[in-house]
Amino acid sequence: MLRLPPFQYFAPRSLDEALRILSDHGPEAQIVAGGTDLYPKMKRRQIQPRALVSVRRIPELSHIAWMAHDGVTLGAGVTLARVLACENLAIAYPALARACAGIAHPPIRSMGTIGGNLCIDTRCTYYDQTFFWREALGFCLKKGGTVCPVAPGGTRCWAVSSSDGAPVMIALGAQLRLIGPHGERTIAAEEFYRDDGIQYLAKAPEEILVEVRLPCREGWRSTYWKLRRRGAIDFPVLGIAVAVCMESGRCREARIVLGAVGSCPKRIREAEGILEGNPLEPDVIEAAARAVSRAIRPLENTDFLHLYRKKVASVFAQRALHELAGTPLTGGLSGT
Amino acid sequence: MAFEIIGKPLPKIDALPKCTGETRYADDLQLPRMLYAKILRSPHAHARIRRIDVSRARALPGVYAVITGRDLPTRFGILPVSQDEEALCAEKVRFVGDPVAAVAATDEWIAEEALRLIDVEYELLPALLTLEEALRESSVRIHDYGDGPNIHKMISLEFGDVEEGFAQADYVREDIFFYAGSTHLPLEQHAAVAQYGPDGKLTLWSSTQTPHYVHRALAKVLGLPPSHIRVIATPVGGGFGGKSDPFSHEIVVAKLAMLTGRPVKITLTREEVFYVHRGRHPVLMWIKTGVRRDGTIMAMHVRSFLDGGAYGSYGVVTAYYTGALQTVTYKIPRYKFEGVRVFTNKPPCGPKRGHGTPQPRFALEVHLDKIAEDLELDPIEMRRRQIVEAPSLTVNWLRISSCGLRACIDRVVEASGFREKFRRLPFGHGVGFACSTYLSGAGLPIYWNDMPHSGVQIKIDRGGGVTVFCGSTDIGQGSDSILAYIVAEVLGILPEDIRVVTADTDLTPVDLGSYSSRVTVMTGNAAVEAAEKLRRLLFRAAAERLDVPEEQLMARARRIFDQADPERGLDFAEAAQLAEARFGTLGAVGSYKPPKSPGRYKGAGVGPSPSYSYSACVIQVRVDPETGFVQVEKVWIAHDVGRVINPRLVEGQIHGSVYMGLGEALMEEQTFRSRLGLHKAPSMLDYKSPTPLEMPEVECFLIETDDPNGPFGAKEAGQGPLLPVPPAVANAVYDAIGVRVDELPITPEKILKGLEDKARGGSGRVGPKSIPSLAWPEPIRVEPPPEWRDVPTRSS
Repeated sequence: MLRLPPFQYFAPRSLDEALRILSDHGPEAQIVAGGTDLYPKMKRRQIQPRALVSVRRIPELSHIAWMAHDGVTLGAGVTLARVLACENLAIAYPALARACAGIAHPPIRSMGTIGGNLCIDTRCTYYDQTFFWREALGFCLKKGGTVCPVAPGGTRCWAVSSSDGAPVMIALGAQLRLIGPHGERTIAAEEFYRDDGIQYLAKAPEEILVEVRLPCREGWRSTYWKLRRRGAIDFPVLGIAVAVCMESGRCREARIVLGAVGSCPKRIREAEGILEGNPLEPDVIEAAARAVSRAIRPLENTDFLHLYRKKVASVFAQRALHELAGTPLTGGLSGT
Repeated sequence: MAFEIIGKPLPKIDALPKCTGETRYADDLQLPRMLYAKILRSPHAHARIRRIDVSRARALPGVYAVITGRDLPTRFGILPVSQDEEALCAEKVRFVGDPVAAVAATDEWIAEEALRLIDVEYELLPALLTLEEALRESSVRIHDYGDGPNIHKMISLEFGDVEEGFAQADYVREDIFFYAGSTHLPLEQHAAVAQYGPDGKLTLWSSTQTPHYVHRALAKVLGLPPSHIRVIATPVGGGFGGKSDPFSHEIVVAKLAMLTGRPVKITLTREEVFYVHRGRHPVLMWIKTGVRRDGTIMAMHVRSFLDGGAYGSYGVVTAYYTGALQTVTYKIPRYKFEGVRVFTNKPPCGPKRGHGTPQPRFALEVHLDKIAEDLELDPIEMRRRQIVEAPSLTVNWLRISSCGLRACIDRVVEASGFREKFRRLPFGHGVGFACSTYLSGAGLPIYWNDMPHSGVQIKIDRGGGVTVFCGSTDIGQGSDSILAYIVAEVLGILPEDIRVVTADTDLTPVDLGSYSSRVTVMTGNAAVEAAEKLRRLLFRAAAERLDVPEEQLMARARRIFDQADPERGLDFAEAAQLAEARFGTLGAVGSYKPPKSPGRYKGAGVGPSPSYSYSACVIQVRVDPETGFVQVEKVWIAHDVGRVINPRLVEGQIHGSVYMGLGEALMEEQTFRSRLGLHKAPSMLDYKSPTPLEMPEVECFLIETDDPNGPFGAKEAGQGPLLPVPPAVANAVYDAIGVRVDELPITPEKILKGLEDKARGGSGRVGPKSIPSLAWPEPIRVEPPPEWRDVPTRSS
């Protein structure tokens, strides 16, 4: 079988201890939570940290705390299974429950955490392969090579943001609290991602994502639609998170965020603009859906043909908006 | 005849250890001082090996041996006609993953590190990655043997004059189809452990479906006398045909054990399993059929083009199978088959569940649906009216001993409400129908010989315990359990009284292996013969003691008694002691060899079988016209299994077959990066095989026809039920949205392509448009059996 490379494992019981270990080991260290994505990647030698710092035993990362009229905070170490088990979360943030329910499969959701999902490495059919395979290919820009096989003429990596949680957190206006050696900071989920397959997070390696703050979303409706070939296991190759705030029959504010069609989640402001100020009627929805499809440029580095993903983006955008409008379309099969 | 054991849904005899995790698979074996092996594989699709330097690897502490092709120069292969594999390539590599060198070290980490220290210098050769490329680029040769440049095998057979048949037809239709290659995806990766003793004897434990053939290959390549080699097949965690060849890694660990004097284990990684492969051949097919106005088939001409990958494997047989069984379902009075298998620089293809027959079955059943539509005929009636008779001989000399297809059709058509649904459901909803046939064991062994295909030995001890020895290999299909049920039925004891010892070339008589759906029929017959011999001895001894005529005795529920007066009897153990006292140690053997096939032409060896199973299937789908997703809502499937030995096992085989067939119909596909020949998705995450969520409800109907050649009338169940599934899906998709996807898998992209084409005024068909032009050899013209000699005539 594929064996894990040797590494040192730390299981600190406090944030301070974790931060100290991280700074002691510098770039050789890597944070691990559920490990469901990290360990397979280490077996394939995509990532070879000398030290793993587990955050599983840090109490500050495991809470779900409701604040009166001010939303909820989720510790980054809360497992996806716990998110799903919390009925109030599903009522307040349906998109979040939908996204978490679609991640991998139950055993992985029991280990995988919400913070891990938000920080998950970008994916690419040329990168998520064994060392043997990547060596036979001649490696790629993201690991060990000098050329991106997806777009060999360019200078950047096009690996795909493959978090189901990321577009949802952006759509819901989540704030992320990070703690590093120089103190803590809170940033909007939207600012957490960078359009670069390699440096895909605006987080320093020694910073720990501690918690996610979801604002109160009363008056909002939200949903998440995910494209993948199978009903479980697969990562998204297109994810659409939509949140709308309705006021006397019109959309006061809208957020449409696409995941898994580029190196970072993408807000489609043109589509949001089309919705805002209008009732969610079929022609408005259709115009917004067209804008969604126009705004994205998926590449040929995931499952499904890229043009197909572009096409389905508009179908799913329509379905998601009809669902939020309370006029669900019949006949649709996928996108759970 | 009433049975005690046969027909009952008893648990498998190995169910508990499997469920509790106690079953010891090959990778679970741990021997003292054991070393671990790893194989260095080619990163190139086609290259000459200029130089290999292993000195740095040998110098690494913890490394005990490093070997290359020079250490194992003898070629091997499953078929005597295609001995084209090397355990380690000496001069040339032919696909990404071809084995080049191997190391044995104290652990896998060191072995892995040692591989990186082996320096190989390659001279790259052009890689031929498609069938068309391989046929076109005749200056590049993957192998130096075969029927032409990069052509492994060419076949041309004609049974009666097909042109004569076409001339008499009212309607002739031609179609082209493609069926993608797919892999077996067993949960257990291949693993093997070898041990070489100071006595010069070698033992190999391996996750194999064919210990007997592995035994032969080891003797040949290692140069050891066969009597010094013992092969034990460990419980196999899924085979599906993928563990039926002798493999490089089995030979390599044996050699490493011989060199080091220590046990050596290897377990392939999941990625390596994708390279070792031997999966479904991608096949391009052309089919032409002439029919009467009422759909009666007058003549059929089939051409198949198999993309074989880098080595021969079972390929010659596969190629024949793409043309052999068409005649076993419907009456075809004139038949011509041309087939070609081509070498390409990809992992070698071989046998996968259905072996060479799912591809042409898909083509045939979709083709017939199109003919029915063209002629405005009911696709069910059209098929139903021309089902083969039993007993009969087909035009290509295959002997049909029983056929329950009509009953199969009637059951699924009725249960599914097909007639009420077909062409009547709303857009996006559809039903599809297909039939199929498969063999219950190949009529001929892989290497030519006159010996039995299966042997069973039984011994009875004084406590009434019975041990059954047989070379058969349980790959999860339940062959060990079948042996226990059959022997228990004959001897009148219970399966739990029986110990089954199987798949050990030192301890058990030869069985050729778990392939071609042969085990129940062949080991079953051998077991019946051995058990009946023992029963006669027991009855004779009991008859003397009880003073009852032998023929009046009966064995049931661990007793032997007078049928006329059941109180008058003996315990089984008591009878055994009497018989041992009377006749000496109690043991008996039985063996089985399939009946000789009447076919006498070159190529007649592929297709004959003691019996053929039949299946009919209705599938209901829902198609999302905007995303192209297909949801299989329900599968109704009936299977003529001859006799149900255990309904639970038969239904399990049907469910597994449906699952695998759905995967091939809708998503599974071996794909490769152009130029490099790298497998695009060698992992269980990226190679898309259905999850349980994609599995629909399956309603099974078991049809019994009491086949004269089967043990208690049984036929196969392990492979046949896969065959009707892909064409039934394709026919259902057409019924749902009017799009013909003549190319598997039927992906969402292809569905949308078809719908868009239709919206633009096109036919909506998606699939290959042409076949390569090829100079086919003059056909071997075979006179049909007498009943087919009359020229078929046009309808009046």
